[in-house]
Amino acid sequence: MIEGAKWRRWVFFYIPMAFFLLFLLFPFYWMVITSVRPDGELYRPWNSINYNPFWTWKPTWDHVRLLFEETLFASWLWNTMFIALASTVISLICGVFAGYALSRLNFPFAGSLGTGIFITYLVPQTLLFIPLAEIIRNYRLGDTPWSLILTYPTFLIPFCTWLMMGYFKAVPKELEECARIDGASRWQAMIYIIIPVAIPGILSAGIFAFTLSWNEFIYALVFLSSPEQKTVPVGVISELIRGDVFYWGPLMAGALLGSIPVAIAYSFFVEHYVAGLTGSVKG
Amino acid sequence: MGQVVLKDINKFYDSVHAVIDVNLQIRDKEFVVFVGPSGCGKTTTLRMIAGLEAISSGDISIDGHVVNDLAPMDRDIAMVFQNYALYPHMSVYDNMAFGLKMRKFAKAEINKRVREAADILGIGEYLKRKPRQLSGGQRQRVALGRAIVRHPRVFLFDEPLSNLDAKLRVQMRVELKKLHLRLGTTAVYVTHDQVEAMTLGDRVVVMKDGLVQQVGEPLELYNQPANKFVAGFIGSPAMNFATVTMADGSGRLTAKNSGMEIEVPSTHAERLRPHVGRQLTMGIRPEDLHVAGDADPAGLTFPSKIEVIEQLGSEILLDVRVGDETMVAAVDPTTRAKVQETLRLAVNPKRLHFFDAKSEAAI
Repeated sequence: MIEGAKWRRWVFFYIPMAFFLLFLLFPFYWMVITSVRPDGELYRPWNSINYNPFWTWKPTWDHVRLLFEETLFASWLWNTMFIALASTVISLICGVFAGYALSRLNFPFAGSLGTGIFITYLVPQTLLFIPLAEIIRNYRLGDTPWSLILTYPTFLIPFCTWLMMGYFKAVPKELEECARIDGASRWQAMIYIIIPVAIPGILSAGIFAFTLSWNEFIYALVFLSSPEQKTVPVGVISELIRGDVFYWGPLMAGALLGSIPVAIAYSFFVEHYVAGLTGSVKG
Repeated sequence: MGQVVLKDINKFYDSVHAVIDVNLQIRDKEFVVFVGPSGCGKTTTLRMIAGLEAISSGDISIDGHVVNDLAPMDRDIAMVFQNYALYPHMSVYDNMAFGLKMRKFAKAEINKRVREAADILGIGEYLKRKPRQLSGGQRQRVALGRAIVRHPRVFLFDEPLSNLDAKLRVQMRVELKKLHLRLGTTAVYVTHDQVEAMTLGDRVVVMKDGLVQQVGEPLELYNQPANKFVAGFIGSPAMNFATVTMADGSGRLTAKNSGMEIEVPSTHAERLRPHVGRQLTMGIRPEDLHVAGDADPAGLTFPSKIEVIEQLGSEILLDVRVGDETMVAAVDPTTRAKVQETLRLAVNPKRLHFFDAKSEAAI
């Protein structure tokens, strides 16, 4: 904490903090307020009488109702959830094993292989979707959830591997050596000792992977075409922006509902998540 | 049974020759301590016995069976690590039971052995706790318990006490000794602390730069160090070394330098006569020096100037200057001395050590 006179605490802590909070939370506030504001207020010009952009006295559920009744929002939510969970699980499994191998098994070129995996993460998705589209077409996976479940790991696996590598390196080597002297095979030492100890790291990698695939836009836009297959980010934008007409209310309601699962995931695991990122193993 | 034999053990890391030609027979029930400065190869040797490091050349056998290619789990050993390496997500009980579970012991037997070990170590009431809820000393006990329950043929200890504070270390040292007497399991113990080595070891192996310098019982190392390194490493405060020239004056052999001229006792004379005219290193332990009295013959005393006085209660350490050299003398606590005062010190002639100036081997 900041020591000294009261004004110092205000100037150096509370005011900057309030500014930060305002800056970070305002978009969410705007999203919430827009999603419950009736159309009549939304499209009123700024110079009209009683113009009040930050508050509404007549909240409405019309936009949410429109989302569920006139669009396929429910299926988009389901699609997104299924795709995000499946690709996260695949990536986590691969990432945990790859991260373990790269950080613990001394095999030739382990270091350069690790760097190589990281480099693949740096290839921009906006370029990678072109060859991937070709592959998806060849395997006739276009317009199915599998087109995303199998392509998301192309950037999620490097990401999880890299994160897990760092985490496994922070786990004392002696734990595993002790387990192996205690009679565990390498495999058992990993399953019974290393992975349980690395759970904070695995959780944070999982949350990150889940968020990345939940929010993913480019691949979903390219690989999915029929409305009932779409994910939330793509569905909302392609169905609620028609030409130059923006359905602001439903758009914001869709964005709000789409971000709730991620927010829940974060708040649920927040302690593990922070421990995972700071790489602390309590002995 | 737990007999360990190391035969011509070598370890290379790329270009570094970390362990050089180590030969050692560790008898059943023996407590052998490897001691030496950091990087001397003692831990590497221990890890090779454990099977955590591959051996570059040589053979390690336990009870007559060569174990070079056996996995750590198949060597029937237990190891206690410096950082304890307790499994943080398991309770104390599960930590101790893990090795038995892996070896598919019956539940009742596991329970019996864990309770037994917990009783021996006095950690019975902590069995349900997680390691992070324990103090350093308690964690150390759990780590010991985890080794005990397995009833292995050999215990390996890798500096197990160095993370404890000084008081607890002394206490645990005694407990380790008692534990060894009680269980009688062969133990190989690595430490950089010569006091631990001297107090715990039935035999002590002093290592430096990958080479075994001397193997012997603690008092043997103290009384007859094989070379200057062992002499300086064993004993606290460390042995004083002075460069002296051997001179033969009318049949009496003397060791001489700018500050002293010590008459060499007849017991040493035989060995030292060939070195007359050459420079040697003479070693005197601080505890073999005392303030000269009337009974001390002049040939065994020398003047010294006191630079620092360290009161330890049971004795006084005097940091003195003798000619060009500095020395430490451990003298009687009743001695009245002042800094900058000149004092005559006397040596115990039977306890002089001489080393070759070049090879540093004892003469």
